[in-house]
Amino acid sequence: MSAGIDLQDVVCDFGSFRAVDHANVSIRPGEFFSFLGPSGCGKTTILRMISGFIDPTAGTIRIGGTDVKGKRPNQRPTALIFQNLALFPLMPIWENIAFGLEMRGVDKATRRAKAEELLKLVDLPGAADKMVSQLSGGQKQRVAIARALAVEPKVMLLDEPLSALDLKLRQHMRAELRTIQKRTGVTFIYITHDQGEALAMSDRVGVMSQGRIQQIADPRDIYNNPANGFVASFVGENNIFEGTAGAASGGHAAFDTPEGRLRARQVAGTEGKPVRLYVRPEHTILSATPAAENSVPVTVEEVAFEGAFISVHGRTATGKPITAELRNDGSATVPEKGAALHASFDPARAALLPDVDVRH
Amino acid sequence: MGDLARRYGPGLTTIILLLVAFWLIMLVIVPNLTLLEQSFRPYLPVVDVGGPKDTYSFSNYLKVFNGEIETSVLGITFHIPVHVKTFLLTIWYSMVVTVACFLLAYPLAYFMAKVVNPKTLPTLLLLLFVPLWVSEVLRAFAWWIILALKGPLNWILLGIGVIDKPVRWIVGYDGVVVGLVYTYVLFMLFPLYNAVSSLDTNQIEAAEDLGAPWWKIHWRIVMPHAKPGIASGSVMVFMLSAGSLLVPSILGSTTSQWFTQTIDQWFKDALDWNTASAYAFLLLVLCTVFVTVAMKLFKVRLSDIAK
Ligand SMILES: Nc1ncnc2c1ncn2[C@@H]1O[C@H](COP(=O)(O)OP(=O)(O)O)[C@@H](O)[C@H]1O
Ligand SMILES: [Mg+2]
Repeated sequence: MSAGIDLQDVVCDFGSFRAVDHANVSIRPGEFFSFLGPSGCGKTTILRMISGFIDPTAGTIRIGGTDVKGKRPNQRPTALIFQNLALFPLMPIWENIAFGLEMRGVDKATRRAKAEELLKLVDLPGAADKMVSQLSGGQKQRVAIARALAVEPKVMLLDEPLSALDLKLRQHMRAELRTIQKRTGVTFIYITHDQGEALAMSDRVGVMSQGRIQQIADPRDIYNNPANGFVASFVGENNIFEGTAGAASGGHAAFDTPEGRLRARQVAGTEGKPVRLYVRPEHTILSATPAAENSVPVTVEEVAFEGAFISVHGRTATGKPITAELRNDGSATVPEKGAALHASFDPARAALLPDVDVRH
Repeated sequence: MGDLARRYGPGLTTIILLLVAFWLIMLVIVPNLTLLEQSFRPYLPVVDVGGPKDTYSFSNYLKVFNGEIETSVLGITFHIPVHVKTFLLTIWYSMVVTVACFLLAYPLAYFMAKVVNPKTLPTLLLLLFVPLWVSEVLRAFAWWIILALKGPLNWILLGIGVIDKPVRWIVGYDGVVVGLVYTYVLFMLFPLYNAVSSLDTNQIEAAEDLGAPWWKIHWRIVMPHAKPGIASGSVMVFMLSAGSLLVPSILGSTTSQWFTQTIDQWFKDALDWNTASAYAFLLLVLCTVFVTVAMKLFKVRLSDIAK
């Protein structure tokens, strides 16, 4: 029903440009796995290599344990959902969905029945005889999913399928996709540049930058324990301090900055490498008096009300911007603009990270 | 029109409009109306023109039904007016030319639109255009030389041992078909190329990803998308072929007769412009009817072609 995917030192070069650089990842059968990264980082290229439209320059791709080198897309147990969906505008919806079955020589009555069944699965009954142009964006999305599911793939590959939808529909479709994935048990490999999407839907996320996979972990780990500065900055906001790491003890290290000596978690393997200190705005606490440690005086410059929380933007004596987020539940007093306060954070909540992947 | 005036100023606009009007009225409408009017009048000695015998009738048009000859097709023998036979053969071989042009142009159009590196495309287009710089007469003669009994084609085939004695290529309508295909294939190529290149490549990839073999991708995805291009290319090649006079005159054999040649004979040999005009309009009208019916059959609309 579903198959795992292994990429082993996969490289893809376009001329002298390296689009994917030694990708190593092992995706489990039935997993919802996302590749997350900014536009142009090589996500689509990875997906096209898995589906067979591009041959890797080097490395091995295994689907369900078998090396798929040299196999055409129509010989692989994968189904790709294109960024622009690529529905066939000249066929009615049911023929779109049954296209894969038609290619496999299934008779018309069976094809029609299967199409109706899949339309129910994607919550679009009664659309069988409509044309593609008559559907809304979200409905087209569902048809694309149904068309891919019709060939009973072991792996579904989705290339930013929700990027064309508006926010409300996108959030609805996230849940929908997750439900369909659970119901069918098919391995989903999902591509997105939207961190919220990746974190909300995935079992695991691979964060990419400039052709390299920076970190593979479950969504909580990605957010709470980013492997490097790129991951920390791409997934969420940070207050960042520059400085030099000093002596470490008990997993924490001293960090000398122009704002004074701070302490933060040291990530294994980064000893002696250039690092910066990252702490999330929601872990940054504002107080009228200095805290016992990791305390930096700030002047409040702006208070932005964002609904569920309030962002307080301030600046340190050396001019470094600092943001703190207060929950809008009445528990904290909202500071005035121009107030002189102290920003502090728990050393366990802050990390010393290198800029990008330093394993190579 | 206001647009034109704003862009080029009133003086230049007037000149442009006058030139277009001259083109349309003096070179298209007036000559055609004159011929149409003449086609209904009898061919008379100069003194009788405008006299009591000069009355309107369909008699020129009905001349196509004169002179029955015996013909056999697929073993069935029947009698048919000679000019009707010429007309039917012209339609039939124009269809053959159209189909042959499609079979040649479609793979090339697909190759140009979807396979070839966009950087080498201009070179390819140039190579395709170069033959157009040579006049149509010379190109027809070139084929006449190539296909001649002692021409280079037989010489090469004899040389590599494919045939053991020279083949007479210009028999029946073969030479005409070859010449017309060569002359008009680009009129099929460019509409096809435009149509195929407007197809989203993801559609082709999606079909392949869903398990379609290459020929089904063409049959179910590329050709339906390219239908307007196929239709406009076909209409153009068909109409141009049926209306061509030069190629059938040069590459025709003793047994081939094109309907335009018949019209030409009425004009130049019989000097009967009235009947010639009637035949010319017959060809125009019947070809238009034929194309309209064909388009209905293939469910193509005129607005699709205009795109
Ligand atoms: N066929 C190609 N030829 C040359 N460069 C390409 C090709 N396809 C993609 N690239 C380049 O590879 C990089 C990664 O592209 P892509 O995988 O599409 O990124 P993403 O999907 O993450 O936005 C981009 O810089 C892009 O310009
Ligand atoms: Mg992409």
